[in-house]
Amino acid sequence: MSALLFEGADWDYDKLWRTYDAIEAIAVTELGLDIYPNQIEVITAEQMLDAYSSIGMPLMYKHWSFGKRFARDEALYRRGLRGLAYEIVINSSPCLSYIMEENSMMLQAVVMAHAAFGHNHFFKNNNLFQQWTDARGILDYLDFAKGYVARCEERHGHEAVERILDAAHALMDHGVHRYPRPRTPDLRQEETRERERREYQQRIYNDLWRTVPKRAGVVQEPKAVSDRKKLLDLPEENILYFLEKKSPRLKQWQRELLRIVRHIAQYFYPQKQTKLMNEGCATAVHYAVMTRLSERGLIGEGAMLEFLQSHTSVIFQPDFDDPRYNGLNPYTFGFNMMQDIRRIAEAPTDEDRAWFPEIAGQGDGWGVLREAWAAFRDESFILQFLSPNLIRKMRLFHVRDDSDEPVLRVERIHDERGYRAIRQTLARQHDLAYLEPDIQIVDVDLAGDRRLILHHRVTHGQLLEPTDARSVLRHIAALWGYEAVLLEVSAANDAVLREHSASAPPVAID
Amino acid sequence: MNIIDRRLNPPGKSLANRQRFLRRAREQVVKAVRDASAKRGIQDIENGDRITIPAGGVHEPSFRRAATSGQREHVLPGNKAFAEGDTIPRPPEGGGRGSQGAADGEGEDEFRFVLSRDEFLDIFLDDLELPDLIKHKIKQAQATTLMRAGFSVTGSPNTLNLVRTMRNSLSRRIALRRPKPEDIAALEQERAELEAEGGDPDAIRAMTEQIELLRRRSRRVPYIDPVDVRYNRYQAVPKPIAQAVMFCLMDVSGSMTEHMKDLAKRFYILLYLFLRRRYQAVDIVFIRHTHEAKEVDEPTFFYSTETGGTVVSTALVEMQRVLKERYPIEDWNIYAAQASDGDNLISDNARTAALLRDGILPLCQYFAYIEVAAEYHTGTGVFERDTELWRTYRMIAEASQTLAMRRVRTRRDIFPVFRDLFARNRAHA
Repeated sequence: MSALLFEGADWDYDKLWRTYDAIEAIAVTELGLDIYPNQIEVITAEQMLDAYSSIGMPLMYKHWSFGKRFARDEALYRRGLRGLAYEIVINSSPCLSYIMEENSMMLQAVVMAHAAFGHNHFFKNNNLFQQWTDARGILDYLDFAKGYVARCEERHGHEAVERILDAAHALMDHGVHRYPRPRTPDLRQEETRERERREYQQRIYNDLWRTVPKRAGVVQEPKAVSDRKKLLDLPEENILYFLEKKSPRLKQWQRELLRIVRHIAQYFYPQKQTKLMNEGCATAVHYAVMTRLSERGLIGEGAMLEFLQSHTSVIFQPDFDDPRYNGLNPYTFGFNMMQDIRRIAEAPTDEDRAWFPEIAGQGDGWGVLREAWAAFRDESFILQFLSPNLIRKMRLFHVRDDSDEPVLRVERIHDERGYRAIRQTLARQHDLAYLEPDIQIVDVDLAGDRRLILHHRVTHGQLLEPTDARSVLRHIAALWGYEAVLLEVSAANDAVLREHSASAPPVAID
Repeated sequence: MNIIDRRLNPPGKSLANRQRFLRRAREQVVKAVRDASAKRGIQDIENGDRITIPAGGVHEPSFRRAATSGQREHVLPGNKAFAEGDTIPRPPEGGGRGSQGAADGEGEDEFRFVLSRDEFLDIFLDDLELPDLIKHKIKQAQATTLMRAGFSVTGSPNTLNLVRTMRNSLSRRIALRRPKPEDIAALEQERAELEAEGGDPDAIRAMTEQIELLRRRSRRVPYIDPVDVRYNRYQAVPKPIAQAVMFCLMDVSGSMTEHMKDLAKRFYILLYLFLRRRYQAVDIVFIRHTHEAKEVDEPTFFYSTETGGTVVSTALVEMQRVLKERYPIEDWNIYAAQASDGDNLISDNARTAALLRDGILPLCQYFAYIEVAAEYHTGTGVFERDTELWRTYRMIAEASQTLAMRRVRTRRDIFPVFRDLFARNRAHA
């Protein structure tokens, strides 16, 4: 009787269970991971494509853009241009991991270590996720959202719903509260609230009000700008939220749809900010787990070689001048950083001691990592932990691209003068607040033509892509019901660099 | 931990999204399908295919920074020879090398995806309809099938509906206060106990009377009465004919060139696809003729050549024979498509006309006559003379809605002609 957990490429449930237990022993006792209960679901390639197209969620309302994504991914997959991800994992409790039936047993083991332990630990412990998402409620909420959208389609027609969702999707990146903690969406509350609101409106409806004559001759005084802004809570950067609450022409169900899209955007907000750490964490965990399994003689050499082959292709980072280059690979960069931090904690050099006095030589590499995973997001993580050693190893360099100049300029390279600057720039490249254009609703002309005024604070002269900006602005105008104007204002001197405007469609959308 | 096998979940979860997407991109998809079908062989049409549509109509806009203005900073891996202060010539595509620039890059100019066969045909054959549906319904009425249709008070015992009957019985018993057997039994028990104890004889007598009364009552109100009984009722409804047979008639005499046969074949394929979308089963019968007609298989029909004169009526006779032997009109929808270059023996014209008018057309749903011509003809159109067969058929077509005739010269004409024949609001239909 061999001590190996599995042999050969085929998998079955017995092997999955055995391997899961072995991985759990390593991950929980040796690495000290703390996880949500796991639920592993075996799916086919087509189901994987399904999950892809609905932004990775198992339940999603219906919209054509998901169909579009599915069609494109499927075409790419069928032509062999793109492989499928081995797994998808969902931040929920229990934590859902999807694994594909085509994977070999070795891959299933990697996937379990990667998703069911690495990502799972990150979801449960990172403070962004703890603050911003509700792992227990999300599946219920999506179920509610799906049902609600379907009911709206039945009641108001596909096209009307589609128009609202199109507009909401265009504004999805601007439907996030960046500062206060959002109220936990809860299925039952949502439904009750929705029902109560409708009942209340039916109750207070009285046809008599229509017949009350309007008082003639009363003209509203135009309010001071500051009063008006205060009344509307302006400026507001959460455009979807503002439209949902304040748009004068939306119907109740339309507001609810905006709310659903906003909640989903909010749910994904932490994931966008922690991509690097999340993948780095999961990759470091699966690497450590597989290495330990092999050291303990639980997996054979063949499986180990297969693992190393697929692991190296996951963390492959083409150089900047390689035609395959498409940005920094978060798997590689994250994995490298995790390995580097462990090295600093366990076997530091003098340089490390100078740069990282708190953790260098501290001894417990995994302990340091666990703390880092809990407390940081990508931007602050890089700022805190990117070491000169890694900058040298990846040969990072900093390039400035100024559209006014004919050439690009190399600002810094991996040397003594460059470390801090590179670290800072790289951290900023992972800062969502810096990456996404800063667009706010600043004013509404309530007494006049109700024009909605938005500002884009232009930093470093980076203007918006004009065609897209106009399309999105048209969506805003449609939701607002009146004209909308977007001014691109220089952050440096408040000069208006460009102006877009869109008028509302002649009939109110409904 | 749980392991759940989701592989058996019903597939096609994203089908609804796909339909929404196709509806959204309808205009572009229809155009792409039409273009594609013009370009490639019609044999391939059935397979569905990769369709490329411009991304414009399905673009999802968002606020994003233009890639060309302002200053931006990049940190890139893999420095080889650069030192601080070096300059790099700007890459040709405007420097979209940063980490954010390329995210949306793919599929922006055009968008490719694969249409399934059904989706392709749906769009391809959109707004085409079978002709003569009214007459078709009358024909259908000849075959009927029995369908459940409520309940009746009469019927044979094997159609007795037990549930209905017992429900009626129960409500009648409750309404008429039929005493329950348990109640009578309980009273008798009580009386027996009284007697055993040697109780009040008056009370015993009263009880006996009451029991008698109840007994009489339950005899008068029967457990099941004939008024309770219900039977399942069946009604004969016309059975739709779910199968069709398609006759392909073709002149294979020497005057038919390969080009002409190719045109004919394309038309047959279109008709076949079209019929198959409307009927569960479609049979094809190939009949070729020179001066004599024969039923053959498909390869022989299209690819072997024969020599001989041209007598069209033989094909019609053969068709009649096959119809009589294998395809009774009450079970089959009958379609026919005839392709010919228009030659016929002059003395045969009268016979052909008579056969078609009196023998074939009354049986058919539709009879399409396609006259194929050489791709490049010498004379000018004005002086082109109608062929023998064309003149013969035209006289019949004027009086009949079942017969339709068109001329086809090039491959490009096939689809328009086909659409013309089956378009939803045919002017003369």
